[in-house]
Amino acid sequence: MSVDLGLSPDQESIAELFNGFFTNEAPPAVARAAEPLGFDRDLWNKVVELGAPGMGSSVDVGGGGASLGDLVVVAETVGRSIAPIPLIDHLAALSLLTDEDLVSGESLAAVAVRPADINGEWALVPAGAVADVVVGIDGDETVVVRSTPPMEGPRNHGSMPMADRSARDGNRIVLGSSTIFDAVLDRWKLLTAAALVGIADAAMNLGVAYVKEREQFGVPVGSFQAVQHGLADLPVAIDGGRLLTHKAAWALDTITDGLIDWAKNDITDGPTLATMALLFAADAAVMATDRSLHYHGGYGFAEEYDIQMYYRRARGWSLILDDPTTVSLSLADRLFGTVEG
Amino acid sequence: MDFSLSPEVVEFRDEIRSIIGEFVTQEVTDRMHSTGVFDAPELNLELGRRGILERACPGLGKGDPIEMYVMFNELEKAGAPYDGLAVALMIAAVVNKLGTEEQKERIIPSIISGEALVCMGYSEADFGSDVASIKTRAVKDGDEWVINGSKMWTTLAQVAEWLILLTRTDLDLPKHKGLTMFILPMNTPGITVEPVHTLGTEITNATWYDDVRVGDEAVLGGENNGWRTMTTVLAFERGVMGGTNAGVPLLRHFHEWAVANGVFDAPTTRERMARSVIDMQVATLLTMRSAWIAASGGMPGLEGSMTKVFAVEAYQRASRWTQATAGPAGLLQFHEEGAAAEGFVEYDARHSPVMSIYGGTTEINRNNIAERHLGLPKSR
Repeated sequence: MSVDLGLSPDQESIAELFNGFFTNEAPPAVARAAEPLGFDRDLWNKVVELGAPGMGSSVDVGGGGASLGDLVVVAETVGRSIAPIPLIDHLAALSLLTDEDLVSGESLAAVAVRPADINGEWALVPAGAVADVVVGIDGDETVVVRSTPPMEGPRNHGSMPMADRSARDGNRIVLGSSTIFDAVLDRWKLLTAAALVGIADAAMNLGVAYVKEREQFGVPVGSFQAVQHGLADLPVAIDGGRLLTHKAAWALDTITDGLIDWAKNDITDGPTLATMALLFAADAAVMATDRSLHYHGGYGFAEEYDIQMYYRRARGWSLILDDPTTVSLSLADRLFGTVEG
Repeated sequence: MDFSLSPEVVEFRDEIRSIIGEFVTQEVTDRMHSTGVFDAPELNLELGRRGILERACPGLGKGDPIEMYVMFNELEKAGAPYDGLAVALMIAAVVNKLGTEEQKERIIPSIISGEALVCMGYSEADFGSDVASIKTRAVKDGDEWVINGSKMWTTLAQVAEWLILLTRTDLDLPKHKGLTMFILPMNTPGITVEPVHTLGTEITNATWYDDVRVGDEAVLGGENNGWRTMTTVLAFERGVMGGTNAGVPLLRHFHEWAVANGVFDAPTTRERMARSVIDMQVATLLTMRSAWIAASGGMPGLEGSMTKVFAVEAYQRASRWTQATAGPAGLLQFHEEGAAAEGFVEYDARHSPVMSIYGGTTEINRNNIAERHLGLPKSR
């Protein structure tokens, strides 16, 4: 027990494996080809071969027994490649589900991140268009529903395979009270935060590479201080987001009675840190894609350039849970207590 | 990653917290704000008496950068005056690394006992960010050096025992090469100190040097080696000696006031507050990273630049929204009836703009990040 802010040797291997995998198997052209649905079955089948869908499940049920710290490393590589597969949703759902076909990845699971409405409908479930199984809240219960995925959904800003799903129709099992869903949502926030850090990192790298090459007035545009200073903020936000995400993973993995002592800046409560990480990483991804797109000049908004894909996903992945103000207010309740009345 | 402090560091932190509880009293913080001297002698002496300054000083005691980070982070979060301590410890570390045996014996004990402070004479009226162009001259005259010139922002010169002074000793060498650092007693004849009052409360100084005579015993780190001595000082600072969590006491004071006055329920305020809590957490994690890199034998120079850019802007954001939220009450100063957060809101609104300037401006830090981290071409 002492401060160690480096990846473990295992995590270094995981990062190398998945970065290599996505670089080879999921270059931006793959994400582009998967639009508008935002899902590539062949790519999913390949991550199934890697054993990724069951990585975080316990060894008892045939999973890899990976820690959340390990999954954060994987999630960042998913974001960096904007791979059109719902690996994050699947990994989050499996914190409660242990079915063999889910652990193997033969079937896909999604998380209904917002509770069902009074008619038992889950609106705009991320990965809802393609998932065989959806876990979420219906009334005061956590339920899991197996039903046939629509394999289509509304065209959307983030090219996500989202769709409305029923919390009642299909093979429905009640897992317990609504509170047990917290673990799923915490994990979903954590891994989405990590993916947003990955998006931000990739967007920064695209922008930096572009301004080194692109010349105006006879010099690289990256030699202008205005451009440099806009880019210089990005590694700070990315590193900060990565540290906060890893701290949340560490807390969720190892801390049981975490502190929420914001007045001493002493926060070790996993769920609190996961929400903080999501909000911060979302801002980092939005800022990185804004600036990188802008420094591409006109090519930044040309569809043939990749930066616009990162720009749209940075918004899609950060808004699908809820608007950031609502998320911030739920964090405020956790930090400062709820408002009376 | 592991974010837990070792049991030994936890014990150290708790000791620091208990010392803060005893020695950083209302009287001490009041004095800091009324005199503009950001230093608490009784706190320094207690830390010295307990051996904590020796323990924390790089190269001397344990010199554990994690402990250094913890100590200054605790002081900063408590709103304690720690500027004097930070400079003194940095200089003790440099004397220990680059000084002669005679200098070590003469200077270090006075610092690590908590008795002596040090002030730094680097910048001049015409040379701030471009500090390597300074003009203050030191000329050899027999066995002595004769120093003439002036310095700006010589903070704590009015109370310090020692002065570390950057001078030009060779006009023919390139600007970074012809510099020599001296360390001399502030009571050396020929030194004049004039206060400079600042927006952020802290009183700094302009200092003049008229035929100040010292021997070779005052040269620190070798003749014409002053730039290296200065970068060694900065390397010991490592970005872990405070200056990255100044918003924490502000948020605490603001929250107390806002709750007591029934204005903490507004969703806008709660959202801003939650966002600032996130910022403060990220700032401390970035600082902890620098400490961890240093503890692992690395040199977190670039990471220090990154942390300062983020942490200072986070503090400025917090200061801006707390003052705006407080409205007219945010204009009232310490000890005025009805002042928001007992005056801290008003104080931080004046103090926060200072921090993106001193100790390396945000622009210089962004240049560093752009050139050294992103590999972009030099822009000047």
